[in-house]
Amino acid sequence: MSQLPLLPSSPPPSWSVTDLTRYLRDLLESDANLQDLWVQGEVSNFSRPASGHLYFTLKDETAALKCVMWRNAVLRQAFLPRDGEAIEVHGSISLYEVAGQYQLYADLIRPAGEGVLYQEFLRLKARLEAEGLFDPARKRPIPKWPRRIGIVTSPTGAALRDILNTLRRRYPLVDVVLAPTPVQGEEAPPNIVEAIRALNEVIHPEVILVARGGGSIEDLWAFNDERVARAIAASQAPIITGVGHETDFTIADFAADLRAPTPTAAAELATPNRDDLRASLADQAGRLSRTIQAVLSNQRWELSSLQNRLQLRSPQARLRTDRQRLDELARRAEIAVLHSLELRHTRLTGLDQRLGSLSPLAVLGRGFAVVSHPDGQVVRSVHQIHPDDELNVRVSDGQFHARALDAGG
Amino acid sequence: MPEPSSLDQLTYEQAFTELEAIVTGLESDQRSLEEAMTLFERGQALASYCAGLLEQADLKVQQLSGGNLTDFTPPA
Repeated sequence: MSQLPLLPSSPPPSWSVTDLTRYLRDLLESDANLQDLWVQGEVSNFSRPASGHLYFTLKDETAALKCVMWRNAVLRQAFLPRDGEAIEVHGSISLYEVAGQYQLYADLIRPAGEGVLYQEFLRLKARLEAEGLFDPARKRPIPKWPRRIGIVTSPTGAALRDILNTLRRRYPLVDVVLAPTPVQGEEAPPNIVEAIRALNEVIHPEVILVARGGGSIEDLWAFNDERVARAIAASQAPIITGVGHETDFTIADFAADLRAPTPTAAAELATPNRDDLRASLADQAGRLSRTIQAVLSNQRWELSSLQNRLQLRSPQARLRTDRQRLDELARRAEIAVLHSLELRHTRLTGLDQRLGSLSPLAVLGRGFAVVSHPDGQVVRSVHQIHPDDELNVRVSDGQFHARALDAGG
Repeated sequence: MPEPSSLDQLTYEQAFTELEAIVTGLESDQRSLEEAMTLFERGQALASYCAGLLEQADLKVQQLSGGNLTDFTPPA
């Protein structure tokens, strides 16, 4: 708070414009009632200059309030108001000194009535939660490989297109049945309920997707309907909801067995990825192949091992062995015989020669004679001779008889 | 062992689960050569069947309206 400047004598102490304005600003900013508040009114003088900031006036029958929203808050806004619309604005009051203007500095804008809807949402959620409708124990697991998928959504919306594209890419072997239904407006809740019932009764899918594209809380309001929540909880097939954008949570989402942030995500959660399946299949096929090869090669080894043992014991085998031994022995025998023959031959030849030179026949050839008595006794000495003995005389080429004429001496 | 069912009656899940069981069985149990070959042939048939299902390109989409099931034609 600024000091009143002390001036001498009569003119009353006065504020500078700046000081007074600053005082007023501080006054406003220090009042808790004026911070973090909601204001509702009609939009006029809406402008969005190049700076990106928003300027507009909120008014009702008897008063007007200038508003500004800075660019960074504007970027976070999905909803932007138009002149004449009824809106609710959240922010704080302060004072723009340069223009001497108090303003609402806004950080959030929403259509009027959303606040009321949101309260209703909170009340219903609390009531159904107390009943146990959202109990995690009630939630059923999603089957891994669904054969049929039911879809509850608009036939013309982007949600269906996104879901079908996802299923086609990931898991085209699944059968899809669409139960078309409006997804907003008063007629939506009973139609959604009927669609879920019909799918369960006629098709018996393994899983049902309940989906809708993005929108405001009013657009999504059908999915906050109590009848829809109960139909989802009572469904025979487990239900995956994919309603609105990532940040939207509806009563249907709480009642579902599984909530997906978007319709595409719902389709992904419902199905396996074909690439993963291909990989698993290839793995099993590979193992099958390798195992049977191992079995076969095992069998072959056993067979060949048996064959070997058999052959060693068979008669044929024995014959072969014997024959071989026979050959071997024969060879050795041959060698031995040859060897001994050779030996004998050598000896005989030598003896022969020696014998030859000593042969009596060779002596007779030199003029000697062999005299012998008729009884064969060879005469060696005169004492063996008596007169008139008959003698045999052998010379080199024959023999003749002879008579001894005297006794010799 | 239960009678093997005709292939085209099986869902992907059933076929793949049976294939897994055959592979595990072949890897662990001692079997006669004849039994092993029979199992192997069944396993091969299952693997082919699964592969065929996976490579199917078209997604079959039908519509259920007022109790009637018809082919779904996407809006233009």
